[in-house]
Amino acid sequence: MTKLEVNGQEHDVASAPDTPLLWVLRDELGLTGTKYGCGKAVCGACTVLLDGAPTRSCVIPLSALGSRAVTTIEGVDSEVAGAVRQAWIELEVAQCGYCQSGQIVGAIALLRDNPAPNDEDIDNALDGNLCRCATYARIRRAVHRAAELLA
Amino acid sequence: MSIARLTRREFLRHGLGASGGLLLGIRLGAAPAAGDSAGAAPFTPDAFVRIGADDSVTVIVKHIEFGQGTFTGLPTLVAEELGCAWSQVRAKGAPADPSRYANLNWGGSQGTGGSSSMNNAYTQMRRAGATARAMLVAAAARAWQVKPGDITVADGIVRHTASGRAARFGELAALAAHEPVPKNVTLKDPSEFVFIGHDLPRLDIPAKADGSAVYTQDLRLPGMLTALVAHPPRFGARVASIDDGPARALPGVKAVVELPSGVAVVARDFWTAKKAREALVVEWDESRAFRQGTEDILADFRARAAQPGLVARRDGDADAALADAAQVLEADYEFPYLAHATMEPMNCIARHDGDACELWYGVQGQSLDLGNLSRALELPPEKITLNMLYAGGSFGRRSNASSDYVVEAARIAAALPGTPVKLVWTREDDMRAGAWRPLNLHRLRAGLDADGGISAWYHRIVGQSILAGLPKPPPADKVDHTCVEGASSLPYAIPNLSVESHQPSLPIPVLWWRSVGHTHTAFSTECFLDELAHAAGRDPLALRRELLVDDPRRLGVLELAAAKAGWGEPLEARRGRGIAVHYAFKTWVAEVAEVSMLDDGDYRVDRVVVAVDCGLVVNPGIVRAQMEGGVGYALSALRGEAVTLVDGLVQEDNFDTYPLLRLSQMPRIEVHLVASQEPPTGVGEPGVPPLAPAVANAIFDACGERVRRLPLRRVARA
Ligand code: FES
Ligand code: FES
Repeated sequence: MTKLEVNGQEHDVASAPDTPLLWVLRDELGLTGTKYGCGKAVCGACTVLLDGAPTRSCVIPLSALGSRAVTTIEGVDSEVAGAVRQAWIELEVAQCGYCQSGQIVGAIALLRDNPAPNDEDIDNALDGNLCRCATYARIRRAVHRAAELLA
Repeated sequence: MSIARLTRREFLRHGLGASGGLLLGIRLGAAPAAGDSAGAAPFTPDAFVRIGADDSVTVIVKHIEFGQGTFTGLPTLVAEELGCAWSQVRAKGAPADPSRYANLNWGGSQGTGGSSSMNNAYTQMRRAGATARAMLVAAAARAWQVKPGDITVADGIVRHTASGRAARFGELAALAAHEPVPKNVTLKDPSEFVFIGHDLPRLDIPAKADGSAVYTQDLRLPGMLTALVAHPPRFGARVASIDDGPARALPGVKAVVELPSGVAVVARDFWTAKKAREALVVEWDESRAFRQGTEDILADFRARAAQPGLVARRDGDADAALADAAQVLEADYEFPYLAHATMEPMNCIARHDGDACELWYGVQGQSLDLGNLSRALELPPEKITLNMLYAGGSFGRRSNASSDYVVEAARIAAALPGTPVKLVWTREDDMRAGAWRPLNLHRLRAGLDADGGISAWYHRIVGQSILAGLPKPPPADKVDHTCVEGASSLPYAIPNLSVESHQPSLPIPVLWWRSVGHTHTAFSTECFLDELAHAAGRDPLALRRELLVDDPRRLGVLELAAAKAGWGEPLEARRGRGIAVHYAFKTWVAEVAEVSMLDDGDYRVDRVVVAVDCGLVVNPGIVRAQMEGGVGYALSALRGEAVTLVDGLVQEDNFDTYPLLRLSQMPRIEVHLVASQEPPTGVGEPGVPPLAPAVANAIFDACGERVRRLPLRRVARA
């Protein structure tokens, strides 16, 4: 058993220590909002916050987490998260939606550290989050809109 | 102010604010799971509408939702004629039942594709709404002893103004169920539309903004196991022997199953199955494996292009006109295999109970899958139940000629009767499986007469037939229209024109990829026309104008895009502008691209102006989103995508080697919609074809280099 804090709750998880966090979340804890896209940290679909820092959960094994707290799309509930979600709904960003948990978690981390990002800041923060439906123009607008809502 | 007049933002403010009803509608908008019962709705006038005692209007949507908007667009049509409030509407995926849910553009076959959802269902869904409305009115008239003609329906209230009586749908639902279903219903005049043509909020959006939308990858059934399959490294290889001892010894591994397509490892969860697959020792019989590389295939295609092919179109005498031409131009264009690379890799859940099989996945081609499953499982189609879930993209991949991953999941489940099994393809499995956009070689030749007029056009296309992979393929000596579509229908007035097709057979599975043949024909034809314009000293827009005779809708989008883009206005050095227009899936799209050449041969697409004529626009926001997505999808392929083979081995199997478009590479996109009262047509695919030729023509404009081999990662002359 490994101790793991997810979305403010302590869990004793039984997954093997080499299991990537993504699969602990999905298969053991039933938190399926975090998605599998590539399994090698090259798409961003699996982005979660580790002690607040956006992290690719598909490549970090359970054994490497230590005492860091995990926040997933299901657990983001800050004011910033509310604004991001509202902007995402207003601008109808999602198409298939599969990448969007990762995009939203990434956007929340960006806006928490930088409440008024410019286009370059957005590129730097989210360029690793692929969207096959190419909703990028709306992602960009939605980040700006969320910043506006928070201002 | 009626709800229909609200902007989207006002909608949301109301929806998320005081109005509990609207909040409910938005929150519960779309339930992806299939089934046509919709709980125990008291009023089920037909296959498409369910009205509940709680006033809910559930629309059974026969087309899958994978981002293109069917779960909003089709319910919009029902709601328009029914007279409900948008907050009452929910969407639910239809079961597989071609007798009720066929695609009306495809005969009796059920499925989603060819950007046909709105086009085929437009009248059908409106009739469904009008039928339910007529029955609610009839029930109210009977209950209130008034004339049906004096009753109005709006915002979900059935009203008799003279007597002051009114009722909600839920109150009338049980009564309406006893009314006879009318044979004829009157549909609204378009001037009366309150929903169609407006930006209704998409029903699937809220669940996609908080992680709660359920995809196949997310569904967990009681007792479910996860399967991964070890596939052969080369097409045509087979299992020779298996040593599954080390895999079976791992804790949590439940079964190893040999399949025609490989060896499945079934375990309690994904990670266990993945480790077990790595522990599996499989020897492959590669005696019949395909061992060519991309360069071998291209060399063979080039040789074929020197020979006449199947005739797809012949006007006049292109050979004679070429012989007489003052100037002859020639160009070869090469297009790689492309992966759909949906963000959600292919996956499927199946449970086999001995004499029946139930599956849960992003069902796109119901009739195809039912046929393939029925043959593979030796079960009648009635014993197979397909539950449609949200899909994390498709772009054609899930409308699946061989039902590859679906049949694979069902076969594994058949080996473990009673146990639900989720087959998961890793990204690598997904990309290596084939089902790619076919590699293509195009050879074009044209003659200009002494005045610069185009006297001859010769076009030979070499590429695998997609239809040849269907369960019932057409004869091999017939032109597969998906190989030549967009080329054989070249719209330009050229007197001598010849289009031919070579359809070599290879053991590499190929499939339709977002706009199918148009992905390559639009490129070669619109780039070659640009070459001819320059050779003749003509402006590419002016030349197109001149050659488009009796083609008002194509000209319409061309002129609109050119005007909005500022065609002809000067640009700075190392910048260029290009134009292309194409007709696909009954929709016309023109695009103007502006590019900048960067250092080291890199380039950036700064701006794309899109003009689209898709007939009546049902939801402008969704049309815009699909054009934006189509531009991004096409640009992604142009900039970097290619699946290649070396010695039969796939070289690109994840996003580190198969680069997708990124946020920083997305151009500014402006979408202009042509106002039209023609029937609505597709928007999922038609935004794709004009983009790559528009960009390639812009690159020529910027630096004088012609793009003839895709992808274009670097520009040599920049
Ligand atoms: S699944 Fe982790 S980055 Fe792609
Ligand atoms: S919305 Fe489909 S992958 Fe981003």
